[in-house]
Amino acid sequence: MKKLLGLALFLLLIYALLLVANPGARSAQNHQNLGQRIGLHGINSLGVGILIITGGIDLSIGSTVGLCATVMAILLVDVGMNPAAAMLVTLALGATIGLVNGLLVTRLRVQAFVVTLCGLFIYRGAARWLAGDRVKGLGNDFTTFKSLLHNQDFLGMPMSLVIFLALCALATVLLHLSVYGRYLFAVGSNEQAARYAGIAVDRYKTLAYVLCSTLAALFSVIYLAENNSVQPSETGSFFELYAIAGAVLGGCSLRGGEGSVLGIIIGTAIIWILPNFTKMWGVPSELEYTVIGGALLIGALLDELLRRRNLAKATA
Amino acid sequence: MSVPSDSSLPPSTGHASDAQSAAAGLSAEPPIIEARGISKSFPGIKALDGVNLSLARGEVLCVVGENGAGKSTLMKIVGGLYTPDAGEILIDGMPAKLTSVQDAQAAGVTLIHQELNLAPSLDVAGNIFLGREPRWGGPLGLLDRRMYADAEAITRRVGLSASGRASVGSLSIGQQQLVEIARSLSLQSRVLIMDEPTSSLSQRETDRLFAVIRDLKASGVGILYISHRLPEVQLIADRVTVLRDGRNAGELRRDEISHASLVRLMIGRELKQFFVRGAAQNPAPQTPAASASSSKPDPKVNLAAPALEVTGLRVTAAQKQPITFQVKRGEIVGLAGLVGAGRTELAEALFGVRPMVAGQIRVAGELLRIRVPQDAIRAGLLLAPEDRRSQGLLLEQSVRRNISLASLLRVSRLRLIRRRQEIALAEQMCQQLSVRTVSVDKQVGLLSGGNQQKVVLARWLSREPKLLMLDEPTRGVDVGAKSEIYAIMDQLTARGVGILMISSDLEEVLGMSDRVLVMYQGELAGELQREQFSEQAVMNLATGGGA
Repeated sequence: MKKLLGLALFLLLIYALLLVANPGARSAQNHQNLGQRIGLHGINSLGVGILIITGGIDLSIGSTVGLCATVMAILLVDVGMNPAAAMLVTLALGATIGLVNGLLVTRLRVQAFVVTLCGLFIYRGAARWLAGDRVKGLGNDFTTFKSLLHNQDFLGMPMSLVIFLALCALATVLLHLSVYGRYLFAVGSNEQAARYAGIAVDRYKTLAYVLCSTLAALFSVIYLAENNSVQPSETGSFFELYAIAGAVLGGCSLRGGEGSVLGIIIGTAIIWILPNFTKMWGVPSELEYTVIGGALLIGALLDELLRRRNLAKATA
Repeated sequence: MSVPSDSSLPPSTGHASDAQSAAAGLSAEPPIIEARGISKSFPGIKALDGVNLSLARGEVLCVVGENGAGKSTLMKIVGGLYTPDAGEILIDGMPAKLTSVQDAQAAGVTLIHQELNLAPSLDVAGNIFLGREPRWGGPLGLLDRRMYADAEAITRRVGLSASGRASVGSLSIGQQQLVEIARSLSLQSRVLIMDEPTSSLSQRETDRLFAVIRDLKASGVGILYISHRLPEVQLIADRVTVLRDGRNAGELRRDEISHASLVRLMIGRELKQFFVRGAAQNPAPQTPAASASSSKPDPKVNLAAPALEVTGLRVTAAQKQPITFQVKRGEIVGLAGLVGAGRTELAEALFGVRPMVAGQIRVAGELLRIRVPQDAIRAGLLLAPEDRRSQGLLLEQSVRRNISLASLLRVSRLRLIRRRQEIALAEQMCQQLSVRTVSVDKQVGLLSGGNQQKVVLARWLSREPKLLMLDEPTRGVDVGAKSEIYAIMDQLTARGVGILMISSDLEEVLGMSDRVLVMYQGELAGELQREQFSEQAVMNLATGGGA
């Protein structure tokens, strides 16, 4: 709880300093941009955050986004499917990818890192092959689809942020209020003890992979609506790292069994506001990755120090 | 005596000065290690309050006390892990500052942890010499083959049969313990601190360890030995220091040591009856109604059917004789045998965490098909596993979450947890099993071993157990909590629950069981009725001697 409070204060601090430093940052447009990015990437952070809580990891999120966006574009443009159906197929593809990842990890006992690293290559290659390595654009068609997921505002908030917050509400119920959430945390906390307590460990681990990849597929649908085109060799690359960074900064421990939806929201917000903030203070934008990495490192160090202090305090 | 303060030191407690004079009378040289007036506080608790301790060369000093008495804290201070708030440590009569494990080891003091501290993927020799590998090749730091020869010599000394090249992860817990002892021997320690070294050892391994301890004594090594197993203490102690609530509670010389005198000092009162088997079946006369309902099982339940019936069970394909036995309702069946005899594997197969080759399992007459623990749990066949830290508990999570984990559906509606009901359940179970915790939201990993075990039991008792399997239920548990756990077991049987108790503690097996099954090399070696009970009879069967 203290950690969340610290993170929230840090977020408020950089946000306030951002507004002070640059009048341009106060504009509605800047807020729209930030909200849109936080909302969009928050979807991936949420998915991978749940997965990390169960002790898993997914490095293939970016490639899953690339493949799903490519398939969505092909379904719309080449197959001529209606957007709602195409979206369902894309989400089903995401779920299938998650199921495959999950089964490889739970049934064949391949390490999650390896399974999803392989996925990173495989899904990217599949995307490029499917699209003939060409950019797929939506052109001026599918306006309803685009306006619903992108151009439309809801209470002044960009659509992706609205969707993200709605998902967060659902995830809060799942993770923090339901018995399933307890099982997910238990599996991440001590898989063996969870099994001895009668929890269907493999089922919940697989569920987490399915959720993570399905959310990545949802991300790809919204991303396509926002960007109007997909480049199979590029779209989504590095996004798994943003997603993991947001979740980890927000308190999801890679040891498993630790994390919260609120933390994921705050972590994601920090990841996306921080570069904006440092840019406004004159840090060259080429250093964006360095800034994110540095923030993550400092977060991890503080977390470790805090953990040690608590442990020393509690060991009596 | 180079320390001028020695004779002018004010006597802090009567017991300690007794000990000092006793040690001084033994020889003219100063104690090899001495702790004076040690105090240590942690936020909210004073773990040690002016504790004294001294150890002579070639002496085995047992430190006993209930969990929370401060033994482990004291040992960690002597071992350099903690720094005391007050008091001093003297080595050979000279004040010493032990601010790290390295300091302590350089001064010849080695602490062997209760929880094994080995690298499972390294081999035996690699673990023994971890960080001190003999090298050649300068900066390349290539390992020297001599390491294996050196390891061989040390492992032989502790009676470890495994090769120096065997990976530690493939050894039994008992063998791993011996590796840990071998490592400390290789450090040329003058003071060896052993924290519950025999908790996972078989009888034979324990005997071997005691031989090693005698050997070390003869070569002048002083040994601080912590144990909950009082028979062991009686066997090897030259002197016993008893701690209670962070203070010296008393000292016993070799000729004063007895089970009763130890227990009296530990808990400050005489335990009339340690094993409470049968107490709940003869309840106090002032509650006749309660006694009628608790001593006579529920008439609606099928009384004829045993709680557990196992027929033709084969845990492994290599097993020649299938296992057949039953546990009646309200019966405690002890499952004895050496470490590695296959007792835990049997329980795991029944519980569904380990696939079985063949066999039929009936719980309360109902034939079960158990593939995963859920199948067993649903039928009321429950297991409190051997290693509660890795198999039983979510250590970082709260007492409440650990207790409710297996009965969340009972405290939820539409799969949403009802917080207040969950708290009520946890608090009720904590009260019923007298789990000592400030709040049910305390992290379970911070409780003492006895309380952790009670949390594991609480998880299962919040369901309706029909047959409870307890694997080493009192390992690492202090005397007070032990007798409480025995009382809980007794009450459960009075309610008609059958209990299968796996234990390496013979006193416990004979004290608590109605019947004892003995395993040897994966098979049932024999069965003993109460009138046949004796340590010899059990050990005979357990070592393949036949009934």
